[in-house]
Amino acid sequence: MRERRESRFQGGGNLVAMSKVLWISGGRVIDPANNRDESGDVFAVDGRVVSSLSEEQKSAARRIDAGGLVVCPGFVDIHVHLREPGQTHKENIASGTRAAAAGGFTTVVCMPNTEPPADNAGTIQFIKDAIARDAVVNVYPTGCITVGRQGERLAPTGSLKRAGVVAITDDGDCVQNNEIMRRAVEYAKMFDICVMDHCQDAALTEGSVMNEGANSIRFGLGGWPNSAEDIIVSRNVILSSYSGAHIHLQHITSAYAVDIIRRAKQRGIRITAEASPHHISLTDDLLKTYDVNYKMNPPLRTEEDRQALISGLLDGTLDCIATDHAPHTDYEKDREFDYAPFGIIGLETALAVCLQTLVVAGKCDLPFLVSLLTNKPAKVLKLDAGTLSPGAMADITIFDPEREWTANPDDYQSRSVNSPWNGQQLRGKVAQTIVAGEIVWSGESASKMA
Amino acid sequence: MTSTGTWTHKDFISIEDITRDELEILFKLASSFKQTLGRSQKKLPSLRGKTLVNLFMEPSTRTRVSFEIAASRLSADSIFISASASSLVKGETLRDTARNIVALNADLLVMRHSAPGSSLYLSKIIDIPVINAGDGAHAHPTQALLDCFTLRERWGSDFSGKKVTILGDILFSRVARSNIWALQKLGAKVTLVGPSTLVPEYFSAMGVEVSHDLKRALVDTDALMLLRIQHERQTSTHFPSLREYTSMFGLNAMRASWLKPGTIIMHPGPINRGVEIDSKLADSDHSVILEQVTNGIICRMAVLYLCASAVNPVSREEVI
Ligand SMILES: [Zn+2]
Repeated sequence: MRERRESRFQGGGNLVAMSKVLWISGGRVIDPANNRDESGDVFAVDGRVVSSLSEEQKSAARRIDAGGLVVCPGFVDIHVHLREPGQTHKENIASGTRAAAAGGFTTVVCMPNTEPPADNAGTIQFIKDAIARDAVVNVYPTGCITVGRQGERLAPTGSLKRAGVVAITDDGDCVQNNEIMRRAVEYAKMFDICVMDHCQDAALTEGSVMNEGANSIRFGLGGWPNSAEDIIVSRNVILSSYSGAHIHLQHITSAYAVDIIRRAKQRGIRITAEASPHHISLTDDLLKTYDVNYKMNPPLRTEEDRQALISGLLDGTLDCIATDHAPHTDYEKDREFDYAPFGIIGLETALAVCLQTLVVAGKCDLPFLVSLLTNKPAKVLKLDAGTLSPGAMADITIFDPEREWTANPDDYQSRSVNSPWNGQQLRGKVAQTIVAGEIVWSGESASKMA
Repeated sequence: MTSTGTWTHKDFISIEDITRDELEILFKLASSFKQTLGRSQKKLPSLRGKTLVNLFMEPSTRTRVSFEIAASRLSADSIFISASASSLVKGETLRDTARNIVALNADLLVMRHSAPGSSLYLSKIIDIPVINAGDGAHAHPTQALLDCFTLRERWGSDFSGKKVTILGDILFSRVARSNIWALQKLGAKVTLVGPSTLVPEYFSAMGVEVSHDLKRALVDTDALMLLRIQHERQTSTHFPSLREYTSMFGLNAMRASWLKPGTIIMHPGPINRGVEIDSKLADSDHSVILEQVTNGIICRMAVLYLCASAVNPVSREEVI
């Protein structure tokens, strides 16, 4: 894709020193897009995957011994907040993409709820310039559905697409007006661009800060009913059904919503959906401590919902995992629970959390989890990523599924530390992250930009 | 002479965290305060030289005054800080406000706040005792203490076999939540009654019975706690009008006739006469509403005393 090359080669200053030939040997190679799971080698020449090397290339290759490690396509996260422009005290493209690299993500899709919101081609160009200058992994921007994310007037979808967005979304907010949403998806369909929606009925969630249920009642916190998500998911299924437009449902949390999506897909409706590592691993029981790192939008739900999300991932109802990496500084987050902003960071812990929740817990095998993090999210937005096919960009993640480590906020690459896993012992760590044949993360230290 | 038994809590945040034995310690101390002080204005020297800060992020005259009197009876000084006077309105965080209060050599902090969990949050930040005087809809533990103390004076220390009905806006009520924990720990059965939107079924997970049938709830109850009904922003979508509430759930003479003789009627105040209760009933012999106010002072004295001594053990001779 054009934008992708631009971002890589315009920012090529950091790539000058790369080895032209890369030979990753002896790992367990998992490439779900090609049904590959075997011990073997992966090769790259000039930033692209090749099926073999000549003897001459082998002798010139930079060799990485991946013995005992998993070698797979770089992870793809279609839902991150990099906060640039306007909120760079929380995160910026340099720090956010270093966090991505540390978590094994080589491609991320950033949300447009920046300041100003990315609702015009000029702001998209500003973001692309910052990506070209500062990003250590591939970044694709998204644009807003409506002007200023106000839900009232359509943003210029065509110009946004021309400027390089891969989807439109008002993420953080949800378009409430059904007429506006109807026109948005009909209009977007003309450009074959996906509309991603943050499914939340605002009237049902006024004053809501956690899942509505026995726990919100007990803790006295404002309850956020599942129906607030279910209703908008249904609305979007209906609008997609009538228009044929592709609507992607962001961070699904409710068991009922999973069921609605499952039935919509059975009917052939063009709906895709994602689940986050925190919603598949944590429940609202944890809010007993009023720890603000359990405050996110949408909220942590019940065990029943959590299990429904996992089932949805397993049977393909939910297409992929996306982190909703949402950085906030400690001084913003460190408030009374009601006043703290929603959201947690997730890029650096996603692999370990998903390994524990899905693979160690026996829900799926390792190749299936890798697919949820690679070719499946790439497919949702038709991104040129997530595979080790010959000719593909050499975006590769090497990880140790058994390696234990402590999530220490001091070690995070993100500028923010708002994570519920702070201080916890996790299992599964990225050893090396490679973007276009260039190592951008190797265990303990990120590749620093000049 | 009073023993502080095994009281170990620096803070008093929620009845949920307090054991039945600890409730006994509180009640026994409150009883001895009541006997010693009677209705006199006599002071005890127990907390002489200590300073209590009443940090009220949400206005409340009666709870604040009750804590001030309790502190004064224990010879502590108290300082009142309101949200409008504090730096919080200028954007200072609660953490910074609390640290400043500690730096002023405060010994105890009593806080009322609209945000649930804020007292717990504060107790983790500062070393001096934090006493929850109401945090949003979560808890109002000293109110539950005084309610149960009032019942205990009539029923004795074991509430087994007693049924207590709480009527009204339970959803937004910290008083209801704290009483649900306290009453059940003391052995009572608790029934919640009111409109389905204000008494959601989820409450049954706390071990109580949820009912929307006023008559069935009232006929066999031993005590009835009424809660103040408000028809303000937060509840405006939850029921049609105060008039509708009164006609469906207000306690009037006819409904009071369903009660067993001797049923105790309680209200945490301030009363909406003519809304949740008929004016005459509020003044009747059934009603212990004014006694609740008096008991509030001695229960708060017990909390202040025990939490202060958990930080700085006070010798027993100083008590009583
Ligand atoms: Zn969102």
